[in-house]
Amino acid sequence: MHYAGDSIIELHVNGESKSVAVKPSHTLLDVLRKQLSLTGAKPGCANGDCGACTVLIDAMPVKSCLMLAVEAIGRQITTVEGLKDAPIQDAFIRNWGFQCGYCTSGFLMVCHALAMHHPNAEQSVIEEWLQSNLCRCTGYAEIKDAIQSILSGNLHRHRQRGAFF
Amino acid sequence: MIPFDFAYYRPETVDEAWGCYFNLVSANKKPLYYAGGTEIISMARVNSSVFDAVIDLKGIPACHQLTLQDGAFIIGSGQTLTRIAEFGAYPLLSQTVKRIADHTIQGQITIGGNLAGTVKYREAALPLMISNCRVKIMTRDGLLEMPFLQIFDGRLRLKEGEFLVSLTIDENDLQLPYNHVKKTKMAKIDYPLITLAAMKKGPEIKAAMTGYGDKPLLLPADMLNNDSLPPAERITNMIKLLRDDCKSDLSGSKEYKEFVLQGILEQLFKNFAEGS
Ligand SMILES: Cc1cc2nc3c(=O)[nH]c(=O)nc-3n(C[C@H](O)[C@H](O)[C@H](O)COP(=O)(O)OP(=O)(O)OC[C@H]3O[C@@H](n4cnc5c(N)ncnc54)[C@H](O)[C@@H]3O)c2cc1C
Ligand code: FES
Ligand code: FES
Repeated sequence: MHYAGDSIIELHVNGESKSVAVKPSHTLLDVLRKQLSLTGAKPGCANGDCGACTVLIDAMPVKSCLMLAVEAIGRQITTVEGLKDAPIQDAFIRNWGFQCGYCTSGFLMVCHALAMHHPNAEQSVIEEWLQSNLCRCTGYAEIKDAIQSILSGNLHRHRQRGAFF
Repeated sequence: MIPFDFAYYRPETVDEAWGCYFNLVSANKKPLYYAGGTEIISMARVNSSVFDAVIDLKGIPACHQLTLQDGAFIIGSGQTLTRIAEFGAYPLLSQTVKRIADHTIQGQITIGGNLAGTVKYREAALPLMISNCRVKIMTRDGLLEMPFLQIFDGRLRLKEGEFLVSLTIDENDLQLPYNHVKKTKMAKIDYPLITLAAMKKGPEIKAAMTGYGDKPLLLPADMLNNDSLPPAERITNMIKLLRDDCKSDLSGSKEYKEFVLQGILEQLFKNFAEGS
């Protein structure tokens, strides 16, 4: 496989196939935001530290500022726009999980993946996953309440409601 | 946004990657091997690294191995820290890589990138430095296998165009008693002030650390295991011996690092004496 200059590539985003013209130097974050108008993933540090740009690649969180768009060919990309009434979205509202909201889409993606992979996650696992993201408004306690409310015993009310690509 | 253009290649074999590298060189291009991309993208964004092409090693099956086979644990250089930790065959390595960067980035950083990168800490090297570990390198003579410490003296000593293909750790070293400690300046997720990994093989303790100086260091085995001296004296001697290697940086002053190392080593001797 070889890409140079502008190439048309196929990306699977939120369950749909999208053709986009990219250069190898384009990060996935730039392509999602500028070409596909999926502005949910946010540019923060662009350095891998803040997690505002987090999306899911094959159901695992990835910092899209540190991935080239061409690396995502053939993978399933899920952005916050692809969460359709997922339990974690409702849980953020009920638990006041956001203030200014800039970090929210990144946290939602991490929490959503955590709930799918570890529905019975222990405290240490929750902390490990959440430590990948920063919230400048420091709403960490509320975000933790939100994820805890949809784990294991607390999930029954929400089961089957969320889309997950 | 990366401010310059480059080409992207994804070879499927080690030979193809090697050929691709030297074709680009003969066309006067500057290629870079590419793994997780986390360092390459961060540096390219601020023009600290400028190149004409990247050669992504992740499509090469030999760089993707992760298996227990013939008495050894084999790890392809393109394996991510998350997969290595989850595989769990070498608990000391799992624990070490689980403290590099954060959980999300661990799914992107590869072990090859951590060892070959320019970031001085290279924490994943510590468990490899103290175990019976061999590496496979792609060279002009084809694949060569050698002891890890022959090619790694705190950084990988690769010649132009060479790349790391895989690591093989002797099964006998995987489940030994171990200690791992990562001290940071403040937050849990940060570069290390000092990270130390140690294991006990029979009566012998082996230890390596990073953050203390400019690169990962082995602790002097003769001093560490000099049973004629009490631990406190061995610690004083080691700190004295390593004085020139210890460097002040943003995480802490030289004096503070020596103080922290003393505490880490006191605890290490205590833990191993108690059998933990
Ligand atoms: C947010 C963040 C936090 C970090 N925290 C830590 C930390 O706590 N501790 C720590 O030790 N490090 C840390 N790092 C550093 C990280 O481990 C390195 O940046 C590492 O290089 C990334 O691996 P990669 O697979 O993404 O490498 P890439 O970015 O793909 O490559 C890095 C370099 O290695 C070379 N390379 C890659 N694979 C090979 C190979 N198989 N053979 C030869 N050369 C190769 C590339 O050519 C390039 O020069 C952090 C990095 C980030 C972005
Ligand atoms: S913008 Fe990607 S981690 Fe901050
Ligand atoms: S809600 Fe403002 S940064 Fe998190």
